[in-house]
Amino acid sequence: MIATAVRHRRTKPRRTRPRRLARRRIETQFRTLVSPHQLNTRRGRTIYWIVLVGMVVAFTAIFMFPLYWMVTGALKAPEELDQIPPTLVPQDPSFDAYIEAWNLLDLGLLLKNTAIYAVGAWLFTLAVDVSAAFALSKLRPMFGKLITGMMLATLMIPPMVLMLPLFVTIVDLDLLNSPWAIWLPAAANGFNIFLLKRFFDSIPRELIEAAEMDGASPARILWSIVLPVSRPILGVVSIFTVVAVWKDFLYPLLVLPDTDSMTVSVAINSLSQTMPTNALTAALVIASIPTIVIFLFFQRHIMAGLTAGSLKG
Amino acid sequence: MNVASVGRRPPSRRGREARRNLTAYGFLVAALICFGLFSWYPMVREVLLSLQENNFVDAPTWVGLDNFETVVEDPAFAQAWINTAAFTGLALLIGYVIPFCAAVILNELRHAKAYLRFVVYLPVMLPPAVSVLLFKWFYDPGPGLFNQILGFFHLPGLAWLDSTDTALISLVIVSTWMNLGSGTLIYLAALQTIPSELYEAAELDGAGMFKRIRHVTIPQTKLILLVMLLLQVIATMQVFIEPFMLTGGGPENATVTVAYLMYQYAFNFGNFGGGSAMGLMLMIVLIVFSAVYLRVSRENT
Repeated sequence: MIATAVRHRRTKPRRTRPRRLARRRIETQFRTLVSPHQLNTRRGRTIYWIVLVGMVVAFTAIFMFPLYWMVTGALKAPEELDQIPPTLVPQDPSFDAYIEAWNLLDLGLLLKNTAIYAVGAWLFTLAVDVSAAFALSKLRPMFGKLITGMMLATLMIPPMVLMLPLFVTIVDLDLLNSPWAIWLPAAANGFNIFLLKRFFDSIPRELIEAAEMDGASPARILWSIVLPVSRPILGVVSIFTVVAVWKDFLYPLLVLPDTDSMTVSVAINSLSQTMPTNALTAALVIASIPTIVIFLFFQRHIMAGLTAGSLKG
Repeated sequence: MNVASVGRRPPSRRGREARRNLTAYGFLVAALICFGLFSWYPMVREVLLSLQENNFVDAPTWVGLDNFETVVEDPAFAQAWINTAAFTGLALLIGYVIPFCAAVILNELRHAKAYLRFVVYLPVMLPPAVSVLLFKWFYDPGPGLFNQILGFFHLPGLAWLDSTDTALISLVIVSTWMNLGSGTLIYLAALQTIPSELYEAAELDGAGMFKRIRHVTIPQTKLILLVMLLLQVIATMQVFIEPFMLTGGGPENATVTVAYLMYQYAFNFGNFGGGSAMGLMLMIVLIVFSAVYLRVSRENT
């Protein structure tokens, strides 16, 4: 970035006439498919700018426009929504639909429920999976390898196919409509164990042994040595756990059937038939705010975690 | 030394070992309970349920393979597998090729990259229920967005979810829109690890753009392409929320998927045995893909 700025400044005095975009040199930090030389031919630059603008327009149209349509749709009156052709900008924007959705669905309660499930699952999962991964990685108990293998084997079984027996188990344990129905199974996550254990394995043994010599207990070692250096991976596990609970649909539909204990996603779907379109759309907007906010704040971590998780070996 | 050890005998090797194991299992016990109850036991339970007739009031009776027979004889059974395969195939066709091409282009861009990465991943962050309901509104043949766009270009509107011809592809479009972002970003990360010397060498050998893609880009990302292929197959074969919310399996079973039929057996027909039989069959198919996946990723790392 800095290099680019400096170079631009240096070339500026030579030409006093403002240069057209297509004539400006395109700086390259890393060599990719197209060579910097080819890119900076006249033809290369023209094609580059066409492709760039095309991509920005296409991505905005495909991914942003539906969201724009959702947010503005909720600002329109029902008559305006049914109008053909539709209005691109709401004629008379009003937040009535948002207020209607909030009251009709009791969105405050739903958001609170979902937040309780997500935060509880997060704390519980961290406590359970971190201590388990620590034991498997650093304390190396008898049958540790077997347990690790069995935990990782659950990664091969997609959650959907175990939905019925899991539901029956929840019924047997009398956990229907209880937050524990979300919290307990959330901790049985082989992928978290895999990520955490792999990270703990990479912590140098000397560090642990030195603490052991000083008489630190395993709990102390976990708390004061392992956890502080594991912040990045704890961040990834935390975000994924919270987002997964927030996005989940079928499982909470089955185990939290009471209107008082439903999650946002489930409640919106079950009431979607009875609501006017603009109120439903407003509810959709409100339901998507929490995860979007998480994304805005933790974009870096989420994208880093995405690539960390995809190449598991 | 001797004096000190009189009062407190140093623990024997075996004693220390036992203590270490005890602490370790102390750390493990919560996870073992969670995994046991909610992951390992349900696997066994699935097999048991599929072999029983169970109304959850009387004691279950063993019925052998009756549940499997009932399910297989259901005309929706074959349809569900065909639909699931078609859904997976179509989702691959769109959702596998496009993210890779998008990533290749994104990797060439020097501007607006952060914006494009953000935008493509945004739908992944939305709760799926929100995305699906949003598209349900777009698909509305009357005031829905898609027919209005078609109308704007003076094209005839489509029936989308209401026609057997377009219902399945409509589901694929939603599903692809929701999930495209993660693939794109994963490929992008993989592309950034390709050493630039390879491109330079290929260029010196006179390889044009498409030759460079064929002989450098694709071979260098082969592993991640294969891994993503398998992961995507596994993920899309479990498709449930789209038919559940958009079509209810209709019209005329055109969008019944295996996971949705499993749900219907259990919660609409009250037949948990049949549902578990469906689940078990899907599980076996998916485990085969998972095993291939594990083999591939293990061999190459």
